[in-house]
Amino acid sequence: MTSAITATGLRKSFGDKTVLDGIDLDVAAGTTFSLLGPNGAGKTTTVQIMSTLVHADGGQVRVAGHDVVSQPAAVRAAIGVTGQFSAVDNLLSGQENLLLMADLHHMGRAEGRRLAAELLDQFDLTEAAKKTVTTYSGGMKRRLDLAMTLIGDPRIIFLDEPTTGLDPRSRRMMWQTIRELVASGVTIFLTTQQLDEADELADRIAVLDHGKVVAEGSPEELKRSIPGAHVRLHFADAAGLDAAARAVGGAFRHDDTLTLEVPSDGGAVAVRELLNRLGDTAGEVDEVSVHTPDLDDVFFALTGRPTAETTPEMENAR
Amino acid sequence: MTTMTLVQDSATMTRRSLRHVLRYPVSLVVAVAVPVLLLLLFVGVFGALKAGLPAHASYINYVMPAIIVMTAGYGSSVTAQGVNRDSTEGIIGRFRTMAISPTSMLNGYVVSALVRTLVSAALVIAVAIGLGFRPTADAGRWLAAAGVIVLLVLALTWLAVPFGLASRTAEGLTGFILIVQLLPFISSAFVPTDQMSTGVRWFAAHEPFTPIIDTLRGLLTGTVSGSTVVTAVIWCLVLVVGGYLWARVLVRRDLNR
Repeated sequence: MTSAITATGLRKSFGDKTVLDGIDLDVAAGTTFSLLGPNGAGKTTTVQIMSTLVHADGGQVRVAGHDVVSQPAAVRAAIGVTGQFSAVDNLLSGQENLLLMADLHHMGRAEGRRLAAELLDQFDLTEAAKKTVTTYSGGMKRRLDLAMTLIGDPRIIFLDEPTTGLDPRSRRMMWQTIRELVASGVTIFLTTQQLDEADELADRIAVLDHGKVVAEGSPEELKRSIPGAHVRLHFADAAGLDAAARAVGGAFRHDDTLTLEVPSDGGAVAVRELLNRLGDTAGEVDEVSVHTPDLDDVFFALTGRPTAETTPEMENAR
Repeated sequence: MTTMTLVQDSATMTRRSLRHVLRYPVSLVVAVAVPVLLLLLFVGVFGALKAGLPAHASYINYVMPAIIVMTAGYGSSVTAQGVNRDSTEGIIGRFRTMAISPTSMLNGYVVSALVRTLVSAALVIAVAIGLGFRPTADAGRWLAAAGVIVLLVLALTWLAVPFGLASRTAEGLTGFILIVQLLPFISSAFVPTDQMSTGVRWFAAHEPFTPIIDTLRGLLTGTVSGSTVVTAVIWCLVLVVGGYLWARVLVRRDLNR
């Protein structure tokens, strides 16, 4: 498989603050690659270096076969970027924003209008097409931003936390769009703070922490390395807890809270199996809840400390 | 990047900025109303004193070139704010990830600012004529005056663009706005410099707005001195080149650095 993006020994510091400390990445063409990490891990800086906005202090990056330093124009012609903060012209309407992009890609008037109408429809913005962007909600702005990125038909798209701050429905819509893009052969470089998002979309995930890649692999490989997925059973009394602990086995019991934690992938089949194993004692269970590992668990497992310890101000050093 | 695409992209960028003006025409109204109010104020307050002018001279004729310069100054502060908004809202970041020359972006700002400011200057002059401004210039001198105004607007705009790009917040532009709106006051704008105290007079004699205002005044209502015109033109060209080079550096350096 050919590589769409490669980075070797990527380094960047802002002042005496090291943001990227030797990153190696290889993204296969036509796949979704997710860079997962908390605020300040260096995700945005990585995207900015790959999209020619910021120069690295060391290392090499090739995007679409071109070096970002010596051939920035060729890189720019191949990529589309949608950042964390919507880069749209707030004083124009949604339609005007799209037509602006069409003009900058040197499309004909008719072709630009047709494509703009198509994208407005695809992103559920037709109704608001002629309204000024200042009247748009956050989700609408983000959709317009991505629609603008798609105008040039880029083969490689960088999405920097595309769903941060979106409501669940807009988030699902964004995911669906990303899947359709990959199905059409586009390479997606996605940064996210959310494990479920990377899990849902990515073919490969690299976990970034303090400017270093601390783990890399497919979602399955990563999840296997992370303990913490379990079903939690809560009981009304100690007798119920005792009986259930005997019936299940291999579970962690917490006598003080009258709960039993059973390692599990949390899927419906696993939960049904667990309840079958409990048999009659299932009647003693007060409450069943499923806990899947989140980014905090990943971080705790990989770095031995919670994500909250990372310095949020580094995110501003973009 | 071919010349053809540079011209095409510059035109697209210019259209974008002009569309902002059409979308919010109030900004154009303010750009005309502020200088007209200043004109009324100065004629009303200082007109009675004649500001040490010969008895037959009319104060509105004396002060009008300064009002034109202040119209250009106000226009450039609007430009700086627009550039800064684009820069902080992120659309400049988008443009920079696209296969377009950064120069076309700068051209778009400058050409649209030139059109916008010339329109407001023309409207201000029209209102002033209605209020009693009587320029004595013939067609040739009007043309020369128009040329000086274009140069002045270009100079202030090429300065406004890098200030807008360099500032991380809208508040950071206060310095620039103060310079372009206050510096004309310490010049030959409202009273002849020979009436000022030594220090202020020295400053007024050497700052760029004095020769520019004197040139406009000479062309529109009196006689021009060749050396004043040359000084005015040199000042404008220095500001254009300096502002352009600074802006060029800013659009090529790392984003947000």
